[in-house]
Amino acid sequence: MNEQGMIKVEICCGTTCYLLGAQSLLALEKSMPAPWIGKVEIVAMPCLEVCTNDNYSHAPFVRINGEIVGDATVDLISKKVNDLLERHVQ
Amino acid sequence: MNNGVVRMRRELMIRLIRSFLAGTIEKDIDKIPYEIRPKGSDSVRCCIYKDRAIIKYRLMALLGASYESETDESKTLREYLDDALAEKKRPDKPITACGAGCSGCPDRKYFVTDNCRGCFARPCFYNCPVGAIRVENQHAVINQSKCISCGKCMTLCPFHAITKTAVPCEDACPVGAVKKNAEGIAEIDYDKCIFCGKCFSNCPFSAIMERSELLNILNELHKGKEVVAIIAPSAQDQFPGTVGQLFSAVAKIGFKDVLEVALGAEKTTEHEAEEFQEKMIAGERLVTSSCCTAYVEAAKKHAPELLPMVSSTPSPMLYAADIAREAHPNAQIVFIGPCIAKRYEVTLHPDKVDWVMTFEELGTVFAAMNIDVMAQAEWPIPRPAATTARNFARSCGVTDAILKELEAHPELAKRGFKADVKFINGLTPKTVKMLQLYGKGKLPGNFLEVMACCGGCTGGPCSLTQAFNPDKKGI
Repeated sequence: MNEQGMIKVEICCGTTCYLLGAQSLLALEKSMPAPWIGKVEIVAMPCLEVCTNDNYSHAPFVRINGEIVGDATVDLISKKVNDLLERHVQ
Repeated sequence: MNNGVVRMRRELMIRLIRSFLAGTIEKDIDKIPYEIRPKGSDSVRCCIYKDRAIIKYRLMALLGASYESETDESKTLREYLDDALAEKKRPDKPITACGAGCSGCPDRKYFVTDNCRGCFARPCFYNCPVGAIRVENQHAVINQSKCISCGKCMTLCPFHAITKTAVPCEDACPVGAVKKNAEGIAEIDYDKCIFCGKCFSNCPFSAIMERSELLNILNELHKGKEVVAIIAPSAQDQFPGTVGQLFSAVAKIGFKDVLEVALGAEKTTEHEAEEFQEKMIAGERLVTSSCCTAYVEAAKKHAPELLPMVSSTPSPMLYAADIAREAHPNAQIVFIGPCIAKRYEVTLHPDKVDWVMTFEELGTVFAAMNIDVMAQAEWPIPRPAATTARNFARSCGVTDAILKELEAHPELAKRGFKADVKFINGLTPKTVKMLQLYGKGKLPGNFLEVMACCGGCTGGPCSLTQAFNPDKKGI
């Protein structure tokens, strides 16, 4: 959660993540699904430093409410965020 | 673009560079295919053995070798590596068609799917120019021996029932240089090829590979040689961070100096504007831009009548190389850009530029060395290039710069002359035909700017972002 109680999605834009797909994840920032507006914050971050130790094949990484997610895709992020939103409602 | 082909290419590059930098490449290189597809792992092609074989060909291309010239299949990657680093030699052609990786896509063919409702309107039947469509049992059928693949039926069907099988490399090639051989495997006809790289970007099986010089460049840096980078104007959009931060990141790799190719673009502008003015005063009909190598090759090989009208002004890369050479007379010069055709241009001017690296390769070097562009300090650029010169990277940028330059030379305007500028934004079979028409004088205009890639250099085959300025669309 960020200070406003919104779900925080941080997209790693370090060079490795950027090359292996973070670039297309940034599209989420521009075209956020309507139900997310006001509830989800998406930010591009400098390197989150999870890729060191030869784990680059699992890039791109995102951090959703503090949890690191590897092999991130728009679908995977959507699923995780929607799960969190549902839990939030209950 | 984010897909499996791009991902594999970049992962392999990162792996190769890391192992080169660690000094273990001689030991590692033949193991890479096995590390990526270990026993029991999932394959993308038919089996892991084929995957491994294609990975080996990919690595060979990264070492500058070509599929076409392979004579000994048992030659190890270690041997290819030794060959690549033995002497200062660039690949003769920038791309290679890896027949083993080609899926042999079936010929382009239109057919009717089950979406067909056998409707009453039957626009497919009534509009087929060769009468190749009949309707049997409430279902349209295409007679393949009559069909001329015009695609009219596909666009007219209200149910989207007609589809076609594609041959992406052939479809992408603007000049018909990619053709399938008797076995149905894609081959490149280098007498027709303009090195635009469209087949390379469009093959979903990654069978068209780029022959890299990356390890040679890293090897020269590793040996402590003086190497200077000149960076194409399209660099602005490539990485998160500023141009200054990008230059610092490039210097961090080990380059002694980093210069903007846009400084060369300023000279190209000056010279080309002057040439345009002289030729117009001399009564010539048309002048075209010359900075896009793939276009100049297209004119040479496919629109020879247009060739005399191509400006003789050297490209920004060549001018920038002169500037770099003046400042560092003993250095090797590396051009960094989004372009495959530049590799070919350098082959024509080996005394000017020593090596070519792409933005994609640069990105993988950053990744392998853990260099984060955004975390760098600003590079002290002594004199930033003019905005008009930096905009050479975008379609219409060259024309913009030249028109601005002409404002400073009112001789032409005084004679009542008006520039009539035209653009070709991206080479396709259709725009290549237009080049021929321009050559024959059948199309209007006195200045023609041609960019092989849609959107200009930023849309290049080795660009990391496909940044595109939609306000400035040409033809």
